[in-house]
Amino acid sequence: MRKRLATSKPTKGSSGKTGSWRTFRPVVDPEKCNACGMCALYCPEAAIDEDLRVDVDFCKGCGICATECPKKAITMEREKR
Amino acid sequence: MAGTWGRISTAVSPFPNPHYCVVYMRTGISMAEIPKEEYVLKCTSGCAGCSSTLCLRYILKAAGPETVLVMPACCTSVIQGAYPNTAMNVPVYNIAFASAAACASGISASYRSLGKKTNIIVYAGDGGTVDIGLQALSGAFERGTDFLYICYDNEAYGNTGMQRSGSTPLGALTTTTPAGKIHAKKDIDSIVAAHSPPYMASACSAYPLDLFKKVRKALEVRGPTFIHVLAPCPPGWRFPSDQTIEVGKLAVKTGMWILWEREYGKLKISAPSRAAVKKPEPLATYFSAQGRFKGIDPAVAEQLRNEVRRNIQRFVREEEQSCDQ
Repeated sequence: MRKRLATSKPTKGSSGKTGSWRTFRPVVDPEKCNACGMCALYCPEAAIDEDLRVDVDFCKGCGICATECPKKAITMEREKR
Repeated sequence: MAGTWGRISTAVSPFPNPHYCVVYMRTGISMAEIPKEEYVLKCTSGCAGCSSTLCLRYILKAAGPETVLVMPACCTSVIQGAYPNTAMNVPVYNIAFASAAACASGISASYRSLGKKTNIIVYAGDGGTVDIGLQALSGAFERGTDFLYICYDNEAYGNTGMQRSGSTPLGALTTTTPAGKIHAKKDIDSIVAAHSPPYMASACSAYPLDLFKKVRKALEVRGPTFIHVLAPCPPGWRFPSDQTIEVGKLAVKTGMWILWEREYGKLKISAPSRAAVKKPEPLATYFSAQGRFKGIDPAVAEQLRNEVRRNIQRFVREEEQSCDQ
């Protein structure tokens, strides 16, 4: 058997930190949030964890969470760089 | 062959949190039942708001770690990431466009001869299913390979820049049909149904719990199974990335996409589509949500509307007939 096979290793951040792609950042209003978990359900990147905190290193800023939030507790704010 | 296929059992557990009630009633599974493990690691190279990543998350959650993915060339072969790293936490076999199902046949045969129950899942785009991979798909279904074939359908060749595929609907603008497609969408479900697989279903990325349930069901069945998933594509269908879920829901509500499952030939329309087949929303709302139907010719729109109406009637009639038996 060959010693070196071209196999990729599973790594977090295989494409670098995709948070740098973002134009809009999701900001959660804890007053309005009722922790229903819809944002975490629909996040394609799994960037929202069990405690419903957004991982800003990985969030691409697509805005699905803000659209799908039934309480409208998430707003998309322009990223300042 | 039919005797060797296992029976389908669906686990339904009570819902502890009242917030989950709506979801529970809609799809028959609660959010609490979804495993917490992620098999698609963060930072894939998918576009922002990609529904393929969302589908894959729930498919792998349903399948678990004992899974081998077979992937022809498609968007997801890019989403994996570049060589030394990969975002997938399960073994992935990348294979040529035309041979995904044939490759899965081989993998399945070798695992079964070792006595292992590893799930073999082909995750292919609409190009790799409807156009290029069709003969391999047909062959694998004819041989009765024990695997699950998932076609995620963004209705064009998204990876190479939205060229028209056999799955593009009538009237849609793509880079190779700048005046709108003049042919109707190929009905891949009827082609697969002609092989009479023990289980086949359609799903949509806007209903991830429904998709989760269907993948679980499909993997419990021994034999070839097929799931056709509608995956709205923000850059290709020309809508803002935050509307991915909304466009998927609109497709179901207008009857453009019907959610159903067929177990041993018995058709059942799934819960999210029940209201839609009785009273579909006007198709104009679906058109106006996307840029690819911009300036659609009214005659073509009418043709598409008739096609959708016929399709709904076909499914309703088939469901009524399968209930009578």
